Amino acid sequence: MANEFLNNINEFNLKEKYLSTNPEDSENPVFIKSEEYVNKDAAVQEKSSHEKSAIAVSTTNLSVWFNDKPGIENVNINIKKDSVTAIIGPSGCGKSTFLRALNFMHDLTPNAVVTGEINILGKDITEYNSIDIRKKVGMVFQKPNPFPTMSIYDNVISGLKLNWGHKKGLYDEIVETSLVQSGLWNEVKDRLKISAYSLSGGQQQRLCIARTLAVKPEIILMDEPTSALDPISTAGIEASIHDLKKIYTFIIVTHNMQQAARVSDFTAYFYLGKLIEHSKTSTVFTKPKEKLTEEYITGKFG
Amino acid sequence: MKKSTGNNSENLKVIKSKNHISDIFFEKTTLFFAFLIICIVFWIIYEMFIDSAPSRDAFGWGFIFSQDWEPVKEQFGALTFIYGTVVSSIIALAIALPVSLGIAIFLSELAPQIIKTTLSFLIEILAAIPSIVFGFWGIFVLAPFMRNTAQPFLESTLGFLPFFTGTKIGFGLLTSGIILAIMIIPIISAISRDVLKTIPQAQREAAYALGATRWEAIKMALLNAKSGILGATVLGLGRAVGETMAVTMVIGNRAQIKISWFEPAYSMASVIANEFAEASGKIHLSSLIEVGLVLFAVTFVINSLARFLIYSTTKKLTVK
Amino acid sequence: MEAYEILANPKNLKRRKIINIVMLTLSVVSGLVAIIPLIYILFYTTAAGISSLNLDFFTQLPKPVGEPGGGIANAIVGSVEIVGLGSAFGIPIGLMSGIYVSEFSKSFFANIVKFVTDVLSGIPSIIIGIFAYGVIVLQTKHFSALAGGFALGILMIPTVTRITEEMLKLVPISLREASLALGISRWKTTLKIVLRTASGGIITGMLLAIARAAGETAPLLFTSFGNSFWSESIDSPTASLPVQIFNYAISPYAEWHQKAWAGAFVLIALVFIISLIVRLITKNKFSQSV
Ligand SMILES: Nc1ncnc2c1ncn2[C@@H]1O[C@H](COP(=O)(O)OP(=O)(O)OP(=O)(O)O)[C@@H](O)[C@H]1O
Ligand SMILES: [Mg+2]
Repeated sequence: MANEFLNNINEFNLKEKYLSTNPEDSENPVFIKSEEYVNKDAAVQEKSSHEKSAIAVSTTNLSVWFNDKPGIENVNINIKKDSVTAIIGPSGCGKSTFLRALNFMHDLTPNAVVTGEINILGKDITEYNSIDIRKKVGMVFQKPNPFPTMSIYDNVISGLKLNWGHKKGLYDEIVETSLVQSGLWNEVKDRLKISAYSLSGGQQQRLCIARTLAVKPEIILMDEPTSALDPISTAGIEASIHDLKKIYTFIIVTHNMQQAARVSDFTAYFYLGKLIEHSKTSTVFTKPKEKLTEEYITGKFG
Repeated sequence: MKKSTGNNSENLKVIKSKNHISDIFFEKTTLFFAFLIICIVFWIIYEMFIDSAPSRDAFGWGFIFSQDWEPVKEQFGALTFIYGTVVSSIIALAIALPVSLGIAIFLSELAPQIIKTTLSFLIEILAAIPSIVFGFWGIFVLAPFMRNTAQPFLESTLGFLPFFTGTKIGFGLLTSGIILAIMIIPIISAISRDVLKTIPQAQREAAYALGATRWEAIKMALLNAKSGILGATVLGLGRAVGETMAVTMVIGNRAQIKISWFEPAYSMASVIANEFAEASGKIHLSSLIEVGLVLFAVTFVINSLARFLIYSTTKKLTVK
Repeated sequence: MEAYEILANPKNLKRRKIINIVMLTLSVVSGLVAIIPLIYILFYTTAAGISSLNLDFFTQLPKPVGEPGGGIANAIVGSVEIVGLGSAFGIPIGLMSGIYVSEFSKSFFANIVKFVTDVLSGIPSIIIGIFAYGVIVLQTKHFSALAGGFALGILMIPTVTRITEEMLKLVPISLREASLALGISRWKTTLKIVLRTASGGIITGMLLAIARAAGETAPLLFTSFGNSFWSESIDSPTASLPVQIFNYAISPYAEWHQKAWAGAFVLIALVFIISLIVRLITKNKFSQSV
């Protein structure tokens, strides 16, 4: 039931977002909530469609070194836009390390050095500063981490409030949209002003997703987003991903094979810091090219 | 970002994040304030050096070894003050150390939770009471008590020792040592308790498994924590050496070196507190500042040693 | 390892048991011994101080010896003034340095800052007084609240720095990551997320620093000095509560002693109340984060 609801709601919102690229739809007044908000989207969409590449992330010989030991080594990968790519592999193989390289998150690790090339949305990553890149490439973490001093409402708009100085008038609408997209709206719409910490773990995680969506990134990185959650919350989040992938590029690290099979279009298998295989999820799970991949998927190790 | 020096990553193109200009500005701003602290400390040292120059030129190293302190004759030496500071601090340590250890053991190993929090809170308050209040209490409560009760008792029991003889006026080395002890007990016990807490519980359990009594298990923990506890003690010593008001009010303020602990004496901090505002001339002022410089040097050495000891134990233990 | 040798000897079980009881008792006793002076000081000061507390004490200027009544209003206001100046000087430096040491701690320089802060906290307050005297009083040729505030400010810096650093380090990395991942700048992350999350503890630290500064006497003796009247400005000698207590305490007059007890009571009450607030804040913080 929850999923059904989710699907309906998400369709509603997806249209809103599409609207910006398809001006012919705009006669439908329901979806025009605020010109400014829509225009910003339009600008973003236009710019990236202008570049006309279907590749969201592309890396060349990407390595990350911790104290001169490689966490990942020479990773070459092209990740398709508006799709879901699952990253799988045994613990310690470098999945998080790969993900964190894509939005300069290694900045926070004092001894990490990133080498190689990363291309994000058609531009070399070094052309962005660390703030811009993170606006384009959002991230959801394994453990839910809402801001403890803020209400649910403030959590959702935190990325906007602390950054662009959006007009206050738009906040209500953005909060609603984002919470609907992450499937949390129904549960919290009457208590938006209470502390985010009073939510359950699964709700907190969906709040974190809403918070990320509110910034309207183009790529969303998720590092084991459901590993701390119950099956129902997991299903909710997977449903959101499924619906949102038409407009967002998702890269999801997961230890759960079924999840990878369920939600992803492409799957990349990492082993000991190297990218072993990357292709359509159906291919990876049915007839993997590499022996290592097969062993992992069939549960021989890992 | 750290520049990589290793084998593999040498010739590769390093991806460096560009920080936003506002972030760079923010880091530099905080750095500026941090740098201010360093400047202030060097400035303090510089001032003390410059301002004590006349005295240092006039008396040289003899300043430390001379007992003369005669403003009228412009003769100055710091030995009596050094003596007063050292002896009162040692008395304080001798009293405070066993008591603080007892408290630390009680707090970390024995007390039930409710007593633990209450006692910790009380000791925290004890640490926060201004020294002027201790001094004032010392004048009106402790000194009369020493004069009328404690000193006669000590003389009749331990009078064969030269420390416990002489005129019983209540103000002197022993009284200031006791006040100082009360004042440093909170520091020593709090840090010792924290150090003891870092000793893994497994060690105690191992001792019990070998048939040790509770005290023996605690003793083992103490042995393991000994350099941290020593550090706490030395830190307490640093406090005692630098304490001014409480000592000034009960030490008697007489520039003399007497073996008896009942006798009035004078400490480095006290002489500065008493004479600085009314210093009679340039050389007098400069000598007081040199006393301050000696005091600074002593506390600096003591505190560095303490930090080193505490750091080395807690580090060793947390790494384990 | 030598520790295990104690146990290697199973004989004298009875003796060991007696030692056990004796030592444990001693430890409990020392806990009690430590509270006795505390209780004694608290009660004595309260008893002696509260009887001389009245409205005049807070609103009137000191009267000369022999005249009854009067108060130490000027000293209380002076203390507020001097501590206020000190806070205005010391808290920003301490806070910003604390942020630097905690948030940019990967740099080597941060370790130097930490060490120097430790050095500063170990310098006896009387020496800070000498410094403020040399830097301000000698230059301006007169005692002033400004000089006193300068000295107190320096004394406050290490406490504020250390508390800020410790409290910021308690904020989990994951919150910083969450904020940065939203494209929020580093400085806004630090100020609006990290600092705000830690604000309870940091405010606590400031209160402690202020309470301690309010009781400092030695560095004021020859910086703000004292004044029997209202001081004209922050650039003139100014009375303060602790210095006034000191002057009254060492005087030979019983009525001044009474005033000093009342002053001491005010100081202790201040410390007590602030410690209590601190306890409550930190307790709340813990229950919230667990
Ligand atoms: N900060 C760090 N310092 C040193 N080594 C690190 C650091 N972070 C990661 N590594 C190393 O890099 C390698 C890859 O780690 P990473 O966290 O990316 O693994 P993972 O695939 O995400 O594992 P998991 O499934 O357990 O999350 C590991 O060998 C790890 O030890
Ligand atoms: Mg990981």
